Amino acid sequence: MPLKTEPITVNIGPQHPSTHGVFRIRVTFDGEVIIDVDPVFGYLHRGSEKLAEERTYTQVITLTDRLDYVSSMTNNQAYVLACEKLADIKAPERGMYLRVIAAELQRIASHLVATGFLVNDLGALATPLMYCFREREKILDLFEMLCGARVTLTYMRVGGVFQDAPEDFWVFLKRFLEEMPFHIDEYEQLISENEIILMRTKGVGILSSSTAINGSVSGPVLRSTGYSWDLRKADPYEVYDRFDFDVVVGEQGDNYDRYKIRINEMRQSLRILNQCVEQIAPGPVRTNSPLLFRPPVGEAYAHVESPKGELGFYIVSDGGVAPYRFKIRSPSFINLTILRELVVGLKLADMIVAFGSIDVNMGEVDR
Amino acid sequence: MTKIISGEELSIHIRGVVSGTLTCGEYDVVVEGKDIPSVCNYLKTTPELEFNYLSAISAVDFIEYFEVIYHMTSLIHNHSVVLKTRIYDRDETSLPSVVDIWQGADLQEREIWDLMGIKFIGHYNLKRVLLWEGFPGHPLRKDFLEEVR
Repeated sequence: MPLKTEPITVNIGPQHPSTHGVFRIRVTFDGEVIIDVDPVFGYLHRGSEKLAEERTYTQVITLTDRLDYVSSMTNNQAYVLACEKLADIKAPERGMYLRVIAAELQRIASHLVATGFLVNDLGALATPLMYCFREREKILDLFEMLCGARVTLTYMRVGGVFQDAPEDFWVFLKRFLEEMPFHIDEYEQLISENEIILMRTKGVGILSSSTAINGSVSGPVLRSTGYSWDLRKADPYEVYDRFDFDVVVGEQGDNYDRYKIRINEMRQSLRILNQCVEQIAPGPVRTNSPLLFRPPVGEAYAHVESPKGELGFYIVSDGGVAPYRFKIRSPSFINLTILRELVVGLKLADMIVAFGSIDVNMGEVDR
Repeated sequence: MTKIISGEELSIHIRGVVSGTLTCGEYDVVVEGKDIPSVCNYLKTTPELEFNYLSAISAVDFIEYFEVIYHMTSLIHNHSVVLKTRIYDRDETSLPSVVDIWQGADLQEREIWDLMGIKFIGHYNLKRVLLWEGFPGHPLRKDFLEEVR
């Protein structure tokens, strides 16, 4: 007579080190294999979209900092681009270059966090994470020079940036650009060839590109499936059309590809940064659009390639000082659409890694 | 550069599958709610359009009506389009779901139901996402604060 088995439901989170914030998943197991997942969102919901309706356009920049709090610069950038599209203004050249420099530095910082926490999830507690945070710290120092803040930056303004970079910034940036390739080599040496990591990530959590596209997945997760789609190339904003860089794609869309693509994207970001430093010319950094910004009646959708994926802002203006409707198309939230397809059939420990490799940020998921 | 298909060009394409009214804006087309699935299906499957990627679904409360906006992109042809629909009845707000066409609509439609209170008929799991079951009202509606006070 066969042994009678029945599925068991286990609750993970919301307070759990592997959930990257406050995320709760109810996982149903058949034995050790996952047969169903039910993610529960909302533990960090702050109502950013409603709050924005009561604030002026410039004040809303501070709300965008707090969405994906490890990549505030790209959040700022997407928001000010949407405002500029709404009012049909264009930032001056130097302002755009400074934004690109800030955004690419932020991409490196965010990918460092993703890589560090992925290894953390694999069981190498804290030490590899600190190697990644060592370099992230230097980027935060650079941000401190730019705007005085380290995490919630509010550096960008409608029509440019808050202020020009100080002289020292360029010295430290050049030093960082010289050092960073060696640090990336060091991560690769520690992680890419590590036998335990290869065993745990190669061929685990495979995502096909058709599932990813149908599920509106974007960013490194989409590119890891082998599909080349990067908004910096496909729909260039700011001055991205002037740079020579490659869109990195993965091979089969497993956990390892999602890790590896971030390492390679850091190298491409360094290439863009080097070209920025060469091309940037003196000039104004901001148009003289007022801080109490009043766009005409209308609507605009602007998107950027944030470290997590396509970050979009849809703003509806009624001609007042505050947005009538402020909608965030958050990549972390929408990338979780395919969570069930990704983890069903895996074991619990692999689910933690697969979830970590999507690289979600709960501030952005719950908004 | 992603090409934005103008409202006029899009309306020529979809005229055949629309049974209700069709209003054409500069960069958008407004159709009736009942036509949404057929239009979306047409946009996704027609070879020269192939909108295989649903970028975003947004909902706006304009007090006289709710507007639901679909931003779609074709990753194959690198062009994008904006489709809109309006709901005039504040008490009976429902739209057909597009989750069968793009799985990416799943969480976005749940979010709109949660925060704006628009029901998507045919969605397999239309539960609240960010707020808890039993939360009074839908916070992104413009009359929400009056309701709570």
